[in-house]
Amino acid sequence: MASKVIHAYYNDDEVLMHAVKKVKAAKHHIEEVFCPFPVHGLDKAMGLEPTRLAITAFLYGCVGISVATLMMNFIMIEDWPQDIGGKPSFSYIENMPAFVPIMFELTVFFAAHLMVITFYLRSRLWPFKKAENPDVRTTDDLFLMEIEIHDNESELRDLLAESGAIEINISEKNSH
Amino acid sequence: MASHYEAPIRKALVVGDKGYHDVTVDIAAPVEGRANKHWWIVFSIALVAFLWGLGCIIYTVSTGIGTWGLNKSVNWAWDITNFVWWVGIGHAGTLISAVLLLFRQKWRMAINRSAEAMTIFSVVQAGLFPIIHMGRPWLAYWVLPIPNQFGSLWVNFNSPLLWDVFAISTYLSVSLVFWWTGLLPDFAMLRDRAILPFQKKIYGLLSFGWSGRAKDWQRFEEVSLVLAGLATPLVLSVHTIVSFDFATSVIPGWHTTIFPPYFVAGAIFSGFAMVNTLLIIMRKVCHLEAYITVQHIELMNIVIMLTGSIVGCAYITELFMAWYSGVEYEQYAFLNRATGPYWWAYWSMMTCNVFSPQFMWFKKLRTSIMFSFFISIVVNIGMWFERFVIIVTSLHRDYLPSSWTMFSPTFVDIGIFIGTIGFFFVLFLLYARTFPVIAQAEVKSILKSSGEKYKKLRDAGLPTYEITKPLVGNNAIVSNVEEQVNEVIEPNEKDVSDLLGVLGSFNVDTDTADDLKKVKGIGPKMEVTLNQIGIYTFAQVGKMTEKEYDLLDSITGSFPGRAQRDDWAGQANKLNSNK
Repeated sequence: MASKVIHAYYNDDEVLMHAVKKVKAAKHHIEEVFCPFPVHGLDKAMGLEPTRLAITAFLYGCVGISVATLMMNFIMIEDWPQDIGGKPSFSYIENMPAFVPIMFELTVFFAAHLMVITFYLRSRLWPFKKAENPDVRTTDDLFLMEIEIHDNESELRDLLAESGAIEINISEKNSH
Repeated sequence: MASHYEAPIRKALVVGDKGYHDVTVDIAAPVEGRANKHWWIVFSIALVAFLWGLGCIIYTVSTGIGTWGLNKSVNWAWDITNFVWWVGIGHAGTLISAVLLLFRQKWRMAINRSAEAMTIFSVVQAGLFPIIHMGRPWLAYWVLPIPNQFGSLWVNFNSPLLWDVFAISTYLSVSLVFWWTGLLPDFAMLRDRAILPFQKKIYGLLSFGWSGRAKDWQRFEEVSLVLAGLATPLVLSVHTIVSFDFATSVIPGWHTTIFPPYFVAGAIFSGFAMVNTLLIIMRKVCHLEAYITVQHIELMNIVIMLTGSIVGCAYITELFMAWYSGVEYEQYAFLNRATGPYWWAYWSMMTCNVFSPQFMWFKKLRTSIMFSFFISIVVNIGMWFERFVIIVTSLHRDYLPSSWTMFSPTFVDIGIFIGTIGFFFVLFLLYARTFPVIAQAEVKSILKSSGEKYKKLRDAGLPTYEITKPLVGNNAIVSNVEEQVNEVIEPNEKDVSDLLGVLGSFNVDTDTADDLKKVKGIGPKMEVTLNQIGIYTFAQVGKMTEKEYDLLDSITGSFPGRAQRDDWAGQANKLNSNK
């Protein structure tokens, strides 16, 4: 479905923040903002939900420590118990001090990698993925606010011009 | 806005009159420009060293470990020395990007990218040594927890050598992911600036289609923070576990509980020294003095001084504990280190690691670039000697005096070490030509708080931004086709005819217009303006010189100086010839 959107360009993050607040105050829905660098507080101003990636990292870490425990319990205690240095492998708990380094390493390994993979998938980032920023200058020095037009083109344009946009474009957008 | 406030006594981290676009241009410049002669010379030397090392590795693997200088008493020497040395160097990158991120140290942003690159490349070198030392590297997969073909005999999870496998592979892979995630927005910047289709494709591929949505940035920041939180204990664990390789054995001189913190401090010490070595050269070669300032070098010198002093305390504690333990073997091991046949190695270590960093107490010395470079080399040498002293002097005189011996490296030992240095520099030099060597997105995010330009504005009580006042109803430039015509600048007729006289005029009926937006710095708005003046083709833009740029600026009145900085003429000529 093709819809009409208005693109407002800003050349300063502080102007952008003011503009976002202004547009939100006028009760318009901001479709998207493209930035060349992270602008602190922008997500809150736009009304984005907080991200839950940190929670996933904790859960993945729990998976990692469980995998390490199960693996070493099976290998060292159940499958082939040995008497190493006069310390026979009878129980996992008693021998655990020697297993702590690998329990730690695998916790970090799982938490870090699975969290990053989750991030890449959620943000649709992978090799051969086409970039979707509407203007190449948004990775350089311009900020772009995208608002969908519902028969309010001139109203929006006035509002955005007022907010300090340096350029305003109307374009057709195909939703993917 | 309050969010960009920074105490005025803090010195600027980005010096010069730099705005966001300047950061982009400066950091893209080494990638977009051509390699100079010096780069090729250094690269060739590094490549030759690498190939020489490769030859020595092939000789070792095909003939056997007997090609090294090892003997039955000294059964670990240069191989493990080099391994520990490289792993140690690999500690600074993550320390800078993770620990300094948690401490909110803004100065890390200019150096973290290259420090992480250095980490990854040096851990690669480190990893080579245990693999070669296996003698049969094609069986390296035996260190993985898989049952072997003779039954279910597994790897030994009680062994610190196996802990090492897990620690170093986790460290390498997590550092790589941390580094790459940070690189995505910067690759995207290069992608969006690329003119040639090949570069556009490559950087498009590398950037994973990064678009910079607000939600992406929110996740990006969260991921960076959590990765930093994970990488901080990880980086401490890695050298701790490397030190366990020694500390859990019963060799006098190795069996020491102080090893973990002492090794970690030494690793940070040597890592920062290597960062200093590389960045002092790189800031000069890549013209990044505005971003990697003397203040950055000074701060790194302070870290070197601090960790060097910790290492010094550890050396003295070691000596004291050897005496205080009352164990004569332990006492002899340390007496032998300081006064035995390897006294020169011990005192080189002491001089380089404990004495030399103390010069950094003097502000004059730690802000001197030449002196910092010199000390960074000294520290690298000293830290290599530290590992050599710990490993070889503890082994060469064991419990049985009849087997006491000395170690002398063969050309193969030396060749492999030189080879890894070559390999390291090959990787780093390639990186410096193809990767954004400074995390430009992060630098832009601190530009308003720590950039000299904005600090000056704040000091003068001026706003750091201005909202363009709407003139009559609508000052925004609307590039819808119908309205372009209404958007008229009133150009001075004489200027225009002067300009077109030089550039040549455009005949609407016979010539075809080019897409001027392909020239970096010309947006849709500027294209419209140029078209109004009568400039439609690359050929016309290509003829512009300083005089024409000035004329153009006076006609358009927007973005003064930008055309010159972006070299529109050069770009246009390139585009014209590729048409």
